[in-house]
This record gives sequence, C-alpha cells and structure tokens, in this order.
Amino acid sequence: MSINRRTFLSTAAAVSATLATPMIARAQSMPRVVVVGGGAGGATAAKYIARDSNGAIDVTLIEPTRSYYTCFFSNLYIGGFYEFDDLGHTYGNLASSYGINVVHDWATGVDRDAKTVSLAGGGSVPYDRLVLSPGIDFVEDSVPGWSLAAQGKMPHAYKGGTQAQLLKAQVAAMPEGGTFAMVAPPNPYRCPPGPYERISMVAHMLKNTNPTAKILLVDPKESFSKQGLFEDGWQRHYPGMITRIGPDFGGDIVEVDPDAMTVSIDGVVENVDVCNVIPAQQAGLIAQAADITDGNWAPVSAYDMSSKIDPEIHVLGDSAAQGAMPKSGFSANSQAKVCANAVIAALTDARAFPPRYANTCWSLIETDDGVKVGATYEASDEGIVSTSSFISEVGETPETRAETYRESLGWYDAIVEDMFG
Amino acid sequence: MSVLSRIAAAASVLGALSGPALAEADPERGEALYRPCAACHMIGEGAIHRIGPHLNGIMGRGIGMVEGYRFSEIFEEAAAAGEVWTEMALDGFIANPGGYLPGTAMVFRGIRGADDRADLIAFLIQEGGSSEAPAAAGEDTGPSPEVAAILEFEGDVAYGQFLSSECTACHIGQGGDDIPSIRGLTPTVFIAGMVAYRSGERQHQVMNTLAARLGDEEIAALAAYFLSENH
Repeated sequence: MSINRRTFLSTAAAVSATLATPMIARAQSMPRVVVVGGGAGGATAAKYIARDSNGAIDVTLIEPTRSYYTCFFSNLYIGGFYEFDDLGHTYGNLASSYGINVVHDWATGVDRDAKTVSLAGGGSVPYDRLVLSPGIDFVEDSVPGWSLAAQGKMPHAYKGGTQAQLLKAQVAAMPEGGTFAMVAPPNPYRCPPGPYERISMVAHMLKNTNPTAKILLVDPKESFSKQGLFEDGWQRHYPGMITRIGPDFGGDIVEVDPDAMTVSIDGVVENVDVCNVIPAQQAGLIAQAADITDGNWAPVSAYDMSSKIDPEIHVLGDSAAQGAMPKSGFSANSQAKVCANAVIAALTDARAFPPRYANTCWSLIETDDGVKVGATYEASDEGIVSTSSFISEVGETPETRAETYRESLGWYDAIVEDMFG
Repeated sequence: MSVLSRIAAAASVLGALSGPALAEADPERGEALYRPCAACHMIGEGAIHRIGPHLNGIMGRGIGMVEGYRFSEIFEEAAAAGEVWTEMALDGFIANPGGYLPGTAMVFRGIRGADDRADLIAFLIQEGGSSEAPAAAGEDTGPSPEVAAILEFEGDVAYGQFLSSECTACHIGQGGDDIPSIRGLTPTVFIAGMVAYRSGERQHQVMNTLAARLGDEEIAALAAYFLSENH
C-alpha cells in the first residue's frame, strides 16, 4: 500500500504542481535515501539515517516481508531455547516513529545512471544514495544434487523463517537412532559459528528425545570458528553423537540426492534421515543485479561502506567484501551506523565522524553453556582491519558460561530494539 | 503497589523462602564473591566512596543513608521511608538489584545462589562491621585524577551520539535483565566505569575490548550524550 501511495505522490507531484501539497514539495526537495533489505544492516541504516538527520532526509525502506524473522537466534529456536514468534519483528514503528516509507516489495533491479530501484510490483523508486543490505543468496550447484527446488526436502535453514521451522520439524520427526547430516558451507559465509551452534542445538534436541541418533557433519573446511570451544563442548555434552568429516576425509567432495535422502562423501553413500545443506554463498541477488559485485561479493570502502564500483551505493552486512569483519548481524548493525553517519554527512551539513566497527558473536553449546568471540575494527585503505579481539576459553566456570549465555539474550533484546525500536 | 511496599513484599517472600543462613555462611568464600563488587565498592579500614558508596557498616544502616554519596531516587525514597539494610533486605537486593530497588544505578545483575549471597553478606559484615561498629572510613579525596581529567572535558554531544551507537547494539534503553541499561548514570559513575573497563581494573571481555580504544575525549563525549535529554 505504501508503495502505491508513494509512487502516486511522486508521479502526481511531477505531473501537476497544482495537486502538490506542501508535504510533497518538501519531500521532493529533500535528499532521498533508499534502503534495500530490512535486516540487521538495512533496518538499522534506515532508522539511523531518518532519526539522526532529524527529518532532513527522505528514507524509503524496501523489504519484501511484513514480518521479519531474524536469522540470528534461529538456532536457539531449533534447540528449544527461543520461541519462533519471538524471532518475528515488524516495521510499523520505523514508519510511525521515524517517518520511513516502508515498501513491502522485492527490489528487482538498479538503474545506476537514472538512480532508481525497480520493484517487482511495478514502478521504481528514485534515490540520491542507495543502501543495499540484502544478506546472502546461495551459489548454484555448489553442492551437487542440491538446488533451491530441493529446500523442502533438504532445508538450508540459513535465512531464518519457515526454513528453520521445517528443519526443526524434521529433526523432531527423525526415527529412533536415525542420522542427521549437515553439509557445512565453505568460507566466506554468513555467521561463521552458525553451522556449529546448529550442530550443538540439534544434538541438544536429540539428546533429550532420541539419544541413540547420530549427527554427521560434512565440512569442506580445515578448521572453523570457535572450533576448540565447540569440540570441547560436544565431548562434554554429547559424547559419541557427533562425527565431523573434514576435507582430509572427503568432506569437500560431497553430493546429495534429495529424493533418495543420501549424502555421498568422496563416493561413499550414506543414508540419512535429515539433511541440512548450507550451500556456498554470495551477495544478495540485488547486488549482482546492480552490477557492483566482484566475484561473489560487493567490494566496499572501509571508511563508509560505499561500493568501490559506484560510490553512491553503500553495501552493508553479508553482501559486502569489506575486509576482516565476519558476516554477522552484529557486524551489519555496526556497519550500518558508520554508513548512516557518512550518508547524512554527505547529504546534509551534519558532521562525519571517524568510522569504528565492532562485532561479537555468541553461541550456545548446551543449556547455560554459552561462548563468545568478538573484536573491534577500524578502517584502512586495505579494508576493515581488526584492532583487538577476545574469545571465550576452554575450561571456563559454569557460572561464566551461564553468564555469557544470558548476555546473548540481552544482546538479542537490544539489537532488535536498535533495529526496530 | 508502591515501590516501597514492593520492596517489603519482596523482602518478606525472599526471607520466607531463602533467608540467608548467616550462621553457616563462609566469609572466605564471600571474599572471592566480592571481587566483582570491588570494581565499584570499597570496604574495610579507610574505604571511601567510589563509583558506588563504601560498604562499611552497611548491616543495619538505613538504605541510602551514608554521608557524602549521591544516591539514585529509589534509594532516596527508601531513605525517606526509613528502610534499613537487614539481612533479608541485603539478600533480596543482591539477588536482583534492579528488581528489588527498581531504578537503582547499580549496574549488576545479581547473584542467584542463596548460599553465595549468604557468604557474601558474611564477608560484608566481617570486613565492614555493622552500623553500630563500622570499620573506619577514609577521607574521600574525590574522583581519581584520571576520572577528574575527563570530567574537565566539555563533551561533544554530537560525537557522543555517534559513539553511543556502539553501546546500543547490546544495551537496551529501559530495563535489561541480562545486560544492564546504562541510561541515567551520573557522569562520575559513567566515566569511572569506563575508565575501569579501559584499564582492565573492571573485567568484562566485550567492555574491555570496546573501552580500550576510547580516549578521554570519547568517554567525555559519551557521558555528555547520555546526560543530554535527546537520547
């Protein structure tokens, strides 16, 4: 509805000045920012640009879903630690409190010369600055035998929402003593500890309901995020349940057959009951459509997250090739704030401040056994570089681990308030 | 229900359910549990107010009734109502500071174990004495030179607003059971806290890492922003 109204208003204003209300005249003279993608990067950027420009910038947020389900914490939902409904958020407050035009549609293309974004529902939205924060899409054929058409049988569950529900339901329906398989993605991908937290959450679920079940983790990577912490936790909480097959045993030579429910690892075929395929990833398709990618990702300046190919487009979060920051919701939120400051400074007389970034990723291994890794970052000509970092240690007290878990709950509440509140 | 009757109700429930078994409590264990408290509170001979008030003679003392410390509103209310730090009150407060005295500026989420709280209270009594026989307090010479230097700065509110976006990724505006809210702190408390995180005197992996790169100017800007009315 808002796009129809909006398209109507801008068209009407252009065609006939007599129809124009003062509102429209103001909107026309204001610089326009269009944000594509209402996740941790896009929602934060839209809110901060609208809020901190004190209404001096006209902000449009294009996001297909009316209820946005965060991908972060979807593992905790799978493990039974979080309610699905609590992962859902809406955009009403961004519209009412900050005057953001929220358009529920798919952005299908970017005309960089005309500076417009075209929409699946028809029409286009003009911009002075464009912020793309579309998350990830999957690289086709990265896991032979799997395609998006197979996601009903072998879910990726790596974009939150109904896929996470499907995976949880499949795990719950596993036969006694059955096998859960995961095909983990190659680097770089969204949420580096995510696949391994998921393994932990599935193990937690099976330990309680199906303790003779097995978990097969097929991994093309030599090593992974928080590996020591996860492996220590798996040994303590789920002894004998999880087998990881790394590239030394063919974990990088995988094929799946969704109809037969088999996974072939270096030619050895395994029958499995659930198969969670997390394919190789690339920038969201709109970044490809805008032709600002180099390889799978969109290279950006570390100073303001602007595209190295088109400086009037900023790319946030998972889609950006920015340097050392992991692809995470926390990173996207942090990058959005630097971008917002830069965009406001470029379009108004507000001041620009030196960029600074931070990230923390919490993971839950078992009830009250939380771990975290984090770092601060700064901009350089070579990209975003880490200035300082920390990670939980093996052998921490149960109190510390419980504290870390509770901290993650506090973070979730705060970041969704930061995005939508 | 008024705030104070809530306190009383919470105290009586806690007392009935889990009154601290002080007779069996272990002050030595309590000393270890006190370590995180020491980032803000001094206790024992020569203790002075720091981020929080010194705790000498707290047992039996009126809530919010120690000289020379500026308490939050809820403490002033409790003081006006003549509330006293009894075993039960201390136990209830330490279990859940923000739930027990809503609006307290104490940024601490509480200790869940009843035995732990009893041990900690035993240590407070051993080190700080009771209200009748408190350990002698020291002379407060004001904020540390480092904190005083930052208080001298005129904080840049706009810069503080930009910097504060790093805080709001984790700290919620109101409430916050799992990560405390940082709104409404006095400049001295805020600055002293950030300085303690920056130096590592106060330990927290995330906060130590973030504070390590804050200069005096940044801390002053943040303090100015958090104090300004437009956040």
